[in-house]
Amino acid sequence: MSSKRDPESQTRPKGGFSRRSLLKTIGVGSGAVGLLEQDIQAQTGAANVAGPGEVPVTLTINNKPVKVNVEPRVTLLDTLRDKLDMTGAKRVCDRGTCGACTVIIDGKAMYSCTVLAIDAQGRKIETIEGLSSGSRPHPMVKAFVDNDAQQCGYCTPGFVMAAVSFVRRNPKPTEQQVNEGLGGNLCRCGTYMGIRKAVLQAAKEMGGRNA
Amino acid sequence: MPEYSWPPMDKRRVIGKRISRLDGIAKASGRAKYSSDTNLPNMLYGVLLTCPHAHATVKSIDTSAAEKSPGVKAVRVIAPAGTEIQWAGWEVAAVAAETEQQARDAVRKIKVEYEVLPHVVREEKLEQVGTRAKPSGERETGDPDAAFKEADAVSEGHYGIPVLAHCCLEPHGQVIAWDGKKLQYWPSTQNVSGIAADLGRALEFPAAQITVEMDHIGGGFGSKFNADRWGVECAHLSRAAGGRPVKLYLDRATEVTIAGVRPSAFAKIKIAGKKDGTITAWESESWASGGIAGGGLPPIPYVFAAPRTGIPNQRLKHMAVSLNTAPQRAWRAPNNQQACFLTCAAIEDLADKLNMDPLDVYLKNVDKTARPETYASQLKKAAELAEWKKLWRPRKEAKGTLRRGLGIGINTWGGAGHQSTCLTKIHPDGTVEVELGSQDLGSGTRTVIAQVAAETLGLPVDAIKVKIGRNSYPNSGASGGSTTVGGVSSSTRKAAVNALEKLFAVVAPALGVPAEQLEAADGRIQVKGNPAKAMPWKAACQKLGVNSISADGENIPKVAPKEGLNSQGASGVQIADVTVDVETGVVKMNRLIAVQDCGLIINPKLAESQIYGACIMSICGALMEERIMDPTTGRVLNADMEFYKLAGIKDIGEIIVHLDISPEHDQKGVIGLGEPPAVGGIAAIANAVANAVGVRVPMVPLTPYRVLSALQRRMA
Repeated sequence: MSSKRDPESQTRPKGGFSRRSLLKTIGVGSGAVGLLEQDIQAQTGAANVAGPGEVPVTLTINNKPVKVNVEPRVTLLDTLRDKLDMTGAKRVCDRGTCGACTVIIDGKAMYSCTVLAIDAQGRKIETIEGLSSGSRPHPMVKAFVDNDAQQCGYCTPGFVMAAVSFVRRNPKPTEQQVNEGLGGNLCRCGTYMGIRKAVLQAAKEMGGRNA
Repeated sequence: MPEYSWPPMDKRRVIGKRISRLDGIAKASGRAKYSSDTNLPNMLYGVLLTCPHAHATVKSIDTSAAEKSPGVKAVRVIAPAGTEIQWAGWEVAAVAAETEQQARDAVRKIKVEYEVLPHVVREEKLEQVGTRAKPSGERETGDPDAAFKEADAVSEGHYGIPVLAHCCLEPHGQVIAWDGKKLQYWPSTQNVSGIAADLGRALEFPAAQITVEMDHIGGGFGSKFNADRWGVECAHLSRAAGGRPVKLYLDRATEVTIAGVRPSAFAKIKIAGKKDGTITAWESESWASGGIAGGGLPPIPYVFAAPRTGIPNQRLKHMAVSLNTAPQRAWRAPNNQQACFLTCAAIEDLADKLNMDPLDVYLKNVDKTARPETYASQLKKAAELAEWKKLWRPRKEAKGTLRRGLGIGINTWGGAGHQSTCLTKIHPDGTVEVELGSQDLGSGTRTVIAQVAAETLGLPVDAIKVKIGRNSYPNSGASGGSTTVGGVSSSTRKAAVNALEKLFAVVAPALGVPAEQLEAADGRIQVKGNPAKAMPWKAACQKLGVNSISADGENIPKVAPKEGLNSQGASGVQIADVTVDVETGVVKMNRLIAVQDCGLIINPKLAESQIYGACIMSICGALMEERIMDPTTGRVLNADMEFYKLAGIKDIGEIIVHLDISPEHDQKGVIGLGEPPAVGGIAAIANAVANAVGVRVPMVPLTPYRVLSALQRRMA
């Protein structure tokens, strides 16, 4: 019944969230931590131990290097919001369910509440703040407005990022593919009817370009 | 007195147009700042410690380790020794620290000893709640016993609709800076003009020294009217930390647990009718809970109970069940969803007993409603859109694995306009500012205000600067009861008319006619009926010299109906079309059709969005949402968004909205729309499922387990 019941069905288009791909992501993440621990064990001295206090981290956000000090346990989401005042990504469930914190990492839509800031180093992070250039709104942003695909708007930036990532991978989606591909984001006001139309409109305007 | 009434339908240039919401780009591009997005220099982070027990007494509380924890600037004990805690999630202590992580570390170091007391947290089985059920109302009209005896058919059923959590995406919380002299308050509230008084009362601090700012709110749905304990404690933390701003927002588990629920409703219902479908009698024994204070009687029988003409013979008994769960809050049409579900489910079960099409039963009984003609025409319109006559089959014909069914739900709501004052300013450079201490919950309040001002002043929408979200602006009511658009549209209309009169007085000599002969249209001030004799808006405003015009307008609920700007009484009908897989119990939404009137529609695009949203919320409530209490621990089992289920984009099927826009409805003025379309969907879906599978699934949400259990009981 829920959109997450059957995320790996045949109709699922590329680039959408799924429970399995999230688990894979976490798996990769913990694998990386495992390696880090081995490295630390292999070396002597505490100099290479990350934390428990704040550590300097360099993130690549919207094509710019950003230096910030955070505790190793802090998520990318909280780093963006609390340390960098990039508040477009919202903290809603804080547990990788609702998608309000979606950013694009290395070309893939991801829940920034499930990524640690230190693990995001060396990866290309795109946030909603970098989507529109200058005063011209991104076609997806415009399409959300044209189709009134938002009410309170708290889920909207996450939805827009998920939709942009989705359309980049599925330049000519069907409505059914939109339904499958955006199943990883939740809205409480009930704006899905507008979102469907918006994604289809934006896909046409993005014209398959890597917009 | 100036003429405030709405311009005739065919003369409107801005009102009634499908204009995109004005804050749309800001929101969709992530630039819109919600109060939870506030970042201030020197800001601290507040975190609450809540009680894990549903019923307990605090024996001791020791915060000494927390006070010494790194980064901690303030610690507050909220529930001192001796406090009796009545629900899990009760606020016990709070910490403010330099980072949120440090605050969480410190909270973990607070030691609390509890004496755990017995609790009751589930109410669906009345016989298991003991003395927690208290009589809460009885009513009898006519002669129900005789009516049941004489009836051609009697249907008896047992129905239940659970507690839901508001689960606003932006959690409850705020940022507060309080140095003892002034208090700056960035809340997430439905009540910009009124919340300072609520906070001030709790702090014993003058509301006049509290400034409230909120540009956007991430959902409220009736749960965000008050400052709440977390607001009060946030203020105390700030003060204890020397006035540094403190940001304290509930985490998701706490949000779902204590920040607002809709009460439940359960009932044993007996309903009787004649062969022709006339409903003759209603008897119900109901109970409900919305927490420790119990739960009130929903307005049953719903809709078909108009004074004098309603179902003639009724007997009602209600029990309020006190539970150790956090208190209910207002929910989009309080108690109406429950009443609609109980009533429409019982009516369609009676129709089945009578071997009648339920559509015909509803139509037969519209004389029992407050607006018979409206409901009759809406039932017919919804049936036409749903292809009811072609697709509907009686329950007894249900067969196969995938079974399609249709069902109906009917709504009613008051609406009208709340108390609201608007200040309109026209400046010599031609700019226009419109100020109200209101808020835009996502319903499009900003846009509606701009449309009304633009229409009245003969200007384009983007010429109006709408200023809301500050308590320094004129007092405008809280957003509850679907009264915001009625209130702000009326006050804005009046303020703009009043401002325009002042401008006419200044401009009239230059145009050589009395002020009464002027009108504002198409960006000009012109002589009525003679557009050639005109002055562009900017030139007219330049005549003001150095003095801006300020004029206010007030909507006073008692007076408003006489002015014709807004009124009460919306109606609507929803039809659900579902397919149920009787092997898995999974219900799939095919379509939800909503026919709705709400008087004068200022922006059909935004109005339709409200109805889409209300329909989707109904799908959540009918198929997925339910707060589940654990009887052993007394805690909420699904206090997250993984297991507190909301519908996703692929769960909703198609939604078809028909807004009744007609001179007949338009002349009522603005009514308000947030609530009415959120009422009938649950009933419609539950009835569609009963129609599909051939048996009533008595309790919503209609999870696969419940659908399969109902089918199994029938086969047993």
